[in-house]
Amino acid sequence: MTRQDTILRVENITKSFNGNPILRGVDLTLRKGEIKILVGPSGGGKSTFLQCLNCLISPDSGQFWLEERPVDIFSKKELYRYRQQVGMIFQDFNLFDHLTAMDNVTLALRKVKKMDKKAALARAIVELSQVGLEDKTRLYPAELSGGQKQRVAIARALAMDPKVLLLDEPTSALDPDLTGEVIDVIRNLAKKGMTMVMATHQISLIRTLADEILFMEAGVVVEKGSPKTLLVPGTRSQGFCDKLNSLSGEGI
Amino acid sequence: MPEIIAIIKDALPYLLSGGLITAGIVTGAMALGLILGLSMAVGRVYGSTAVKRVIGIYVWFFQGVPILVLLFLFYFGVFNYMGLNLSAVSAVTVVLGMTTAAYQANIFRGAILSLPQGQFKAASTLGMSDIQTILAIILPQALRLSIPAWSNEFSIVLKDSALAFVLGAPEIMARAKFVASRTYQHLPIYIVAGLIYFILTWAGVRALARLEKTVRIPGYSNKGI
Repeated sequence: MTRQDTILRVENITKSFNGNPILRGVDLTLRKGEIKILVGPSGGGKSTFLQCLNCLISPDSGQFWLEERPVDIFSKKELYRYRQQVGMIFQDFNLFDHLTAMDNVTLALRKVKKMDKKAALARAIVELSQVGLEDKTRLYPAELSGGQKQRVAIARALAMDPKVLLLDEPTSALDPDLTGEVIDVIRNLAKKGMTMVMATHQISLIRTLADEILFMEAGVVVEKGSPKTLLVPGTRSQGFCDKLNSLSGEGI
Repeated sequence: MPEIIAIIKDALPYLLSGGLITAGIVTGAMALGLILGLSMAVGRVYGSTAVKRVIGIYVWFFQGVPILVLLFLFYFGVFNYMGLNLSAVSAVTVVLGMTTAAYQANIFRGAILSLPQGQFKAASTLGMSDIQTILAIILPQALRLSIPAWSNEFSIVLKDSALAFVLGAPEIMARAKFVASRTYQHLPIYIVAGLIYFILTWAGVRALARLEKTVRIPGYSNKGI
């Protein structure tokens, strides 16, 4: 791997809420096509870290580089441009409730990328087809199932051509019978080489997709490594996955 | 009895054209209140501490002082002092508009705060600016949610507009008072005046209910929110 393969690099991210340290110096280097998965107990800082990565929560300290260029997160203009390139998927979808699936995807294309209506529609159809929703484009979020909502959210993020996709427990708000369709879409993205940072409790995703697992606890990364080196008896990560397994009954 | 009917028949066109003036005052006041109130709601939710404080003082002032006092204060005091030579109708419209703006600011603020915060975050992650997000995501939804409360506010402003007669604005109430004291037929004339207010209220509230239905987002409860 050469240096220019690095897409996103952050160093020493810290964040406290009301004096409680949530993140205590987290680093991350992400190469093109790489998939890093954050695991660990609730309250360990996974979600806060992901939201700090695109400054939805502004970190107390930390440096950012996108493709090795430093990002000044305090300049609004630079921040908006940076965020365009770092997409995000949320646990609870966060679709725009007053817009159809189609308009959810076209809105930012038109407002941010300044595409004309026709081009935006064409792009949205491509993205919605990719997630298998070409026949649902006219439906509003309240008319879609949870899995369909999350797929619209993924299409909406991908339409912006992000260089990195952050996923914050993308399946944990879904009924078990709806997680499959979202997992399939995520697998597809991985196959196409999308660079991702994901917090998830889905063992199957952790095992099969992760290039690197980061085990976070109390605001720091306490273990990291490939599934092969980390998911062996005796590690915190394996212990955590065992616990998930016994809860979900999912075999490894 | 026939005499009363003749008087009402005589007075009706006069009272109805007062109804037009009332409708004009209320439309103007509600429009001014919408623009000012919406801006203040956005400022109060997303603005700096200083902005929030200034808006808070505005709302507190207009909520705390009776409309009759405000009408005198502005018509004979502030507008005069500023060298503005407003007609009674314009003055009433502006004062009612500024007052309803305070209440509307609270209506819209409540609606904005009731929206799930995640949508703002989602828009941010797509690279949308705060202003783009407020205009394209937040306000379209907040306005929909506000229609029932706004309709309520409309009926209150309509009835408050009767106070305009104290400044001599020739609206329904002023005309009814004039006809009643000339003919001594207080009861029938004020019943007719009341009916005109009632019909105006009913028509406005009906229209807003229809608007609410038209802009309802599919999939949400049929009863609206």
